[in-house]
Amino acid sequence: MRLTYPTSIKIVRVPCTGKVDVIHMLRAFEKGADGVCVIGCMEGDCHFKAGNFRARKHVEQVQKILTTVGIEGERVKMYNLSSGEGPLFAKYANEIHEKIMELGPNPIKLKKKQAA
Amino acid sequence: MIVADKKPVEEIIEFIKEDKKILILGCNECVTVCEAGGKKEVGILASTLRMYFLNQGKDVKIDEITLERQCDHEYLEEIRDVADTYNAIVSLACGVGVQFMAEKYNSTPIYPGVNTCFLGATEHRGLWTERCQACGNCMLAITGGICPVSRCAKRILNGPCGGSSKGKCEINSELDCAWQLIIDRLKALDRLEDYEKICPIKDWSTDRAGGPRKVVREDVQI
Repeated sequence: MRLTYPTSIKIVRVPCTGKVDVIHMLRAFEKGADGVCVIGCMEGDCHFKAGNFRARKHVEQVQKILTTVGIEGERVKMYNLSSGEGPLFAKYANEIHEKIMELGPNPIKLKKKQAA
Repeated sequence: MIVADKKPVEEIIEFIKEDKKILILGCNECVTVCEAGGKKEVGILASTLRMYFLNQGKDVKIDEITLERQCDHEYLEEIRDVADTYNAIVSLACGVGVQFMAEKYNSTPIYPGVNTCFLGATEHRGLWTERCQACGNCMLAITGGICPVSRCAKRILNGPCGGSSKGKCEINSELDCAWQLIIDRLKALDRLEDYEKICPIKDWSTDRAGGPRKVVREDVQI
């Protein structure tokens, strides 16, 4: 397929998106990530039954927490696709990249640099 | 177990917004089971607060510790050497833990990080319901193991009131009438004669109405 997606995206492989907990996403932002995108299997197709639903709930919780602390909740997003949908993965990767470019860098990262 | 619910982060921020070194203290018991104040929740709250203060341009140090229990001296002693080094401690234990902490470390302000709700059971993950009001005078033996004190809105002791309709309580159509449950259970046990027994006026002196209570057990005291 030789599809391209932005080099700004770093992939972290997990056995199931249900394993991605609230704290993992928060730590990513705390350490300076500009955005987090969770890509799970299609809803109803989870090998572990409800992992992707669990992930969606975790993503929603993180969105709320970020908004509370003054960071845009849109910096974290959940997508669903099947493993055969490479073009869709590239599309989502571009989409989240563009969204983050529009929002600018993570304000926490900037404040950390200023403090240093 | 004691069931607690998370306090809104905004409320916690309001308590500690002027402090420079804060400890978030979790408890490994009841609040861990009801997912309000265990190690995981301590991590989430600490991370949230760190990001909040960084975003405000404030240099605040936030540490995390989770004790086995906060309602026993020996576990609280584990933070004896560090407790005084903090400007504030946010305890994610139930109200008992928060108060015990405050009594033990009276020079450091202790703030509650959860709202303590009731004594209850886990129906399933994410749903906890009340089962006991600690009235101090248990009558479950004659009510088929279903408590009219905690599960009847009126705490009545001799059968349902006129508000019981189709097995539900008048205060909420989704709430089971405790007395309907008791009768059904006694019927299933073939113990309906227990229902006929008149329950005399309950001694409420063992309940909260008699002021703060204590249990003294000289047999186990050393």
